[in-house]
Amino acid sequence: MYKSWWKITGVILVIYTCTAGFLLEVPELPALGETIRNLYFHVCMWFAMMILFTISMVNSIRYLRTFNLKYDIYSRQFAVVGIIFGILGYATGSIWMSFTWADPNNPAFDSFSTVARDPKLIGAAIALLVYFAYLVLRDSVNDMDKRARISSVYNIFAYAMLFPSIWIIPRLLPSLHPGGENGNPALDTKDIDGSMRMVFYPAIIGWTLIGVWITTLKIRVNLLKEKKLSSL
Amino acid sequence: MKIKSFLLLFLFSFISISLLAQEDNGGMANLLRSNGRIYVVVAVVVLILSGLILYLVRLDRKITKLEKDN
Repeated sequence: MYKSWWKITGVILVIYTCTAGFLLEVPELPALGETIRNLYFHVCMWFAMMILFTISMVNSIRYLRTFNLKYDIYSRQFAVVGIIFGILGYATGSIWMSFTWADPNNPAFDSFSTVARDPKLIGAAIALLVYFAYLVLRDSVNDMDKRARISSVYNIFAYAMLFPSIWIIPRLLPSLHPGGENGNPALDTKDIDGSMRMVFYPAIIGWTLIGVWITTLKIRVNLLKEKKLSSL
Repeated sequence: MKIKSFLLLFLFSFISISLLAQEDNGGMANLLRSNGRIYVVVAVVVLILSGLILYLVRLDRKITKLEKDN
């Protein structure tokens, strides 16, 4: 948390993403064109969100095993930053799809509102709402231990809810989003061009490290606050 | 004071850069105008990103200081 080498790695990887991501050649695909470069940004937001939510869930379990309030602060802050990355992923995705899915020649997908009925989007919205509810629940309980315990348990269920809502259901239904009925696009090494993988994997690591860095700052501030409260 | 005057000297030494670029129309100016000027976009994005990262570094330093004070 206090070492700096992984922060520097994150910064270098993200800057590499933002230069190589624009400059390297990408394969020409129908409908997508240059927008496939969004893979380095939009998709990485979701990856970072998933990793941050996983760390949050692990810390909730650690809290329930030890009842050390430190882990409760960890899990809450990782969840918040995960939500921020989720919102960014959702917002960037809505821009991307407006220019690739929305098709004036096809009345079923001629505007944002019809495109937004896609199961992947509804699933992602549900997942984010479940996590919003986590924040509401957590901040509405005043007793510190009760709050930590209730929200830790809820957090584990919220994490479990991610799997049907963003991984399973959108893959069972016909969807415009890649990875509908034909597997997992992001981790399928045959589905992604070699030159793009050269940027995509570093981008995932870079964005995740930046997210973790922001989270550790929030954790440290909250630990300081806690210390001040307990010394009063 | 010494640092300030050094900084000024340093900054003023770059005044002629734009003139140089106009003279031979080479190097940086050419690069930035090539490839449909995509490098301009890269420069803008990297600048924004480094601004945000500098902000993060500053926050990190401030929090470290607070932790040491406690």
